[in-house]
Amino acid sequence: MKITLQVWRQDGPQDPGGLHGYQLDEVSEDMSFLEMLDVLNEDLILKGEEPVAFDSDCREGICGMCGLMINGQAHGPEVTTTCQLHMRTFKDGDTITVEPWRADAFPVLKDLVVDRSAFDRIIAAGGFVSVNTGAAPDAHAVPVPKDDADKAFASAACIGCGACVAACPNASGMLFMGAKVTHLGLLPQGQPERDARVVKMVSQHDHEGFGGCTNIGECAGACPKEIPLDVISTLNKDLRTAMRHGR
Amino acid sequence: MTDTLSPETLENAGIAHGLYRDGEAIADTKAPKVEVQDRWRTRQFEAALVNPANRRKLTVIVVGSGLAGGAASATLGEAGYNVKTFCYQDSPRRAHSIAAQGGINAAKNYKEDGDSVYRLFYDTVKGGDFRSRESNVYRLAEVSASIIDQCVAQGVPFAREYGGLLDNRSFGGVQVSRTFYARGQTGQQLLIGAYQALERQVAAGSVEMHTRHEMLELVVVDGRARGVIVRDMVTGEVETHLADAVVLASGGYGNVFYLSTNAMGCNVTATWRAHRKGAYFSNPCYTQIHPTCIPVSGEHQSKLTLMSESLRNDGRIWVPKNREDCDKDPREIKEEDRDYYLERIYPAFGNLVPRDIASRQAKNVCDEGRGVGPVVGDFRRGVYLDFAEVIGRQGQAWVAEKYGNLFDMYQRITGENPYEVPMRIYPAVHYTMGGLWVDYDLQSSIPGLFVAGEANFSDHGANRLGASALMQGLADGYFVLPNTIRDYLSHGPYPTVTETHDDVVAAKTSVDDRLRTLLSINGERTVDSFHKELGHVMWEYCGMERSETGLLKAIDLIRGLKDEFWRNVRVLGAADTLNQSLEKAGRVADLIELGELMCIDALHRRESCGGHFREESQTEEGEALRDDVNFAYVAAWEFGGDDGAPVLHKEDLVFDYVHLKQRSYK
Repeated sequence: MKITLQVWRQDGPQDPGGLHGYQLDEVSEDMSFLEMLDVLNEDLILKGEEPVAFDSDCREGICGMCGLMINGQAHGPEVTTTCQLHMRTFKDGDTITVEPWRADAFPVLKDLVVDRSAFDRIIAAGGFVSVNTGAAPDAHAVPVPKDDADKAFASAACIGCGACVAACPNASGMLFMGAKVTHLGLLPQGQPERDARVVKMVSQHDHEGFGGCTNIGECAGACPKEIPLDVISTLNKDLRTAMRHGR
Repeated sequence: MTDTLSPETLENAGIAHGLYRDGEAIADTKAPKVEVQDRWRTRQFEAALVNPANRRKLTVIVVGSGLAGGAASATLGEAGYNVKTFCYQDSPRRAHSIAAQGGINAAKNYKEDGDSVYRLFYDTVKGGDFRSRESNVYRLAEVSASIIDQCVAQGVPFAREYGGLLDNRSFGGVQVSRTFYARGQTGQQLLIGAYQALERQVAAGSVEMHTRHEMLELVVVDGRARGVIVRDMVTGEVETHLADAVVLASGGYGNVFYLSTNAMGCNVTATWRAHRKGAYFSNPCYTQIHPTCIPVSGEHQSKLTLMSESLRNDGRIWVPKNREDCDKDPREIKEEDRDYYLERIYPAFGNLVPRDIASRQAKNVCDEGRGVGPVVGDFRRGVYLDFAEVIGRQGQAWVAEKYGNLFDMYQRITGENPYEVPMRIYPAVHYTMGGLWVDYDLQSSIPGLFVAGEANFSDHGANRLGASALMQGLADGYFVLPNTIRDYLSHGPYPTVTETHDDVVAAKTSVDDRLRTLLSINGERTVDSFHKELGHVMWEYCGMERSETGLLKAIDLIRGLKDEFWRNVRVLGAADTLNQSLEKAGRVADLIELGELMCIDALHRRESCGGHFREESQTEEGEALRDDVNFAYVAAWEFGGDDGAPVLHKEDLVFDYVHLKQRSYK
C-alpha cells in the first residue's frame, strides 16, 4: 500500500513543533503501526534525516509504553494499543496524521514521546497497599469472593498508557485513577487505606494539572483494556465517603 | 548411543582455534555445608546484620525495575537503606516482566496433589537438565510460598475459586497444580504489585527513582563495584552515581536474536559492561526457545509474540500425517490423518512435555515438511494447537473464561478466529538462562556487584520450566538479595569515593568517548540492519540446533559484522538530546560482542543439553544426549580483553540429592 503520513515533529519541550509530510510506498498490511514507523525511520536515516522519536517496548499490547494520536484518536481507529494496530485497518492511498498524546500533564519531550511520570506520582501518593516484605499472612488466610476478585482483576488490567487522558477533552486522569481505586477497593487487603488512598490520589491528580471528569466517556471508549467508565463512579463514591469520614 | 565423546576426542575446536583459554576452577563458597534444606536458614543466620541506624548511611544502586529490581528496591527501601533505582523505560511499571502471561509456581500444595518444596526443587533441577546448583534451586523452592503470601497481601488479583481461596493450574512440564495465575496477565499483575511497593518507597523518600536512564558503565574502585555511569536519555547528560553496592537486575539478552519475545528495549549492556569490568559471564549459550509463539509472518516483523504455555493444558498439538494435507483447512483433515506427535512420542507427558522438548519436536515435524501455515523462507513454520476437543467437552464459555484474552490477542495478530480454526504456533527465542555468574549470595565475581533475576545464571540450568521466571525474579528481589546483601553492607560504609577519583573519571570518559565515536562514524548502514544480520546468524547457527562447523562459521561472521559496525554504522543526531538511534547503537554493539561469546560457549559445550541440541551429541533415536562426564559444570567466562581470548573457568556441579540421570519423558 502507499501511505502518506503527517507526523508531528518537535525537537524538544520548548520547540513549537509542527506536522511534516512523508510518503511510504511499500507498506504491508501485516505490519503493525509501529513497524510501519520503523520502516519510515530506516528510510529517513538512509536519507540523512533524523528518525522520528516514538515510545514502544513490549509490542504485544501489555507494557503501556506506546501511545499515539492517530487521525485524532488515541491509539487509532481500533480499541487496542498502538503496537497491536495493524496496517490492514487502513486503505491504500490513505493519509494518516500521527501526533503525541496532548495534555498539560504529559509534556512532549521530543516528536511523539511524552512524559507520563505524573501517573507514577499519582500511584506514589497512595495507589498501593502498605505491606512490608515478609510481613504477609498466609495467602489463604483471607478468602476473597470470586466475583470481587474478578472485578478487581478487570480494573487492575489498566496498563497506564495514558490513552484515557489523551482522549478526554479535559485531559482528565480519572479513569486511570479510578481503575486503581476500584482494584484495591474491592479487595479486603485494600480496605484499611481506602479513604486515605482516594483523597491523596485525587489531590495529586489535580496538582499534576489533569482536568476534572465531566462524564463524557471518551476515556473508556479509547481504553485498550476496556476499563469501564463506572470506575470513575467508584472513585467519586469513595471520595465522598472519605470526606464524610473527615479525611 | 552414537557419537559420545570420549575425553581423548575432546580435542576442543575452540582451544584449537585459539578462541578461548582455560582458566582456574571456581566454586561457590557461600552456601553453608549443611543439609540442603538447612542451607538458606543457616546462611540467613550467619549473614551479619546491619543496625537500623546504620542502614541510612548506606546506599545501594539497583539497575532495572522489573520483578527482581523492583522487588529488591522496595524491600531495601523498607529496610531503611538509601536506594537509587534506574530503568530505561518511562516508568518502572513497564519492565518486561510485565509481559509474562502464564503464572508463577509456588510449593503451597493447596491442591493436596503431592506437591512439596522438595518436589519443586526436584522438578526444577531435573527440568534444568542438571546444569543448575542444588543449593540455589532448593532455596528458590523454599521461598516460593512466601512470594504468594506477599503478592496477595499487596492486592495482586490472582484467580480464585468460588469459596474465595486461590485457584491453581498445572503448567508445562509438571504433573502437579502449583501455578498461581491472574488470567493471562500474571506478569503484569505481579509487576504492578512490586511497582506499587516501589512507588510507596519513592513517596517515603527511601528510593530515588531514575526513569529514562540507561546504565552504560560500571564503576569499579579498588576491586569493588562502587557505582554506575548512566545516561539521561532525555537530556543526554552522562551522570555518575556512587554507592556502597550495586545490584544489576537488568533482565536477559534474548534480543541478540533480533526476533524474540523480549521487549524492544531489552538489552545486555548493563551486564556486558560489568563483564568487561571483570564479572564472569556464565553459560551464555543457554537460550530458552518457547514452544508456543505466534509464527513469523514476514520480513518487516520487529518482534514475536508469545502465547501462554498454559494453553498446552487444554489444547492438543498436531500436524497432518501427510505432507499433501498441510495446506488444507485443518477442520477438513480427518482424525486418522492427524499426528498428535507429542502424545504419540511421550505418552506419559503428552502435550505437557518441557519446553525444550516441545520446541524441538515442533521444529522436527516442520523440518520434515509437515508444518502448517504460510511458507516462510523455504518451508512452513507452524504446528496446530487445537482446542476443538476441549470446546466440545467443556463448552466455548469455559475456554473463554480461562484463555479469552489469549484467544483475542491471537485473533488480532493473525486475523484468524481460534475458537473455530486451530491456532498455529512455532518456537521462538524467549528467555536466557545464562547471565552473570553469582555465588549463593547472588554476588558476582566483582565484590559489591550483585545480580538478580534473569540477569544472573543460577537457578534454571540449561532449561527453565514454565512459571519459574516470575518465581525467581521475585524470590531474588523480595527475599534472597535483601538478606544476602546485608552481609556485604555490614562491612560498610566503604571508603568514600568521589567523582574525581581516577577510576570514576576513567569510567565516565570511556562512556563519553564511546558515544562520540558512535556519532562520528557516519557510515552507510543503520543500526537495525546490523541487529537483524546478527540475529539471523545467531538463530541459524546458535539457535535450537548447533554444530561445530556452524558455530565456527558464526564466529567468523560475527567478527566481520563487528568490524563493519565500527566502520560503517550511521547514527544521526547529537549526544545531548533524546536520541533513540544512539541508544540502540550502543546496545547492538554490546549484543554483537555477546553473540561471539555465546557461540564460543556453545562451541566448547559438545553436548546436547536443555534448550540447545548439539548435532554431534544425540541418541540413536535422535534425542538430545547430555554428557555428564565431561560437562557437568557451569562455564564462567572471564573477559580476556579486546584483543585477547576469553578465559573459561569451570564450576563443578555436584548433585547430592537429585541424582544425575538422563531425562526421559517417554
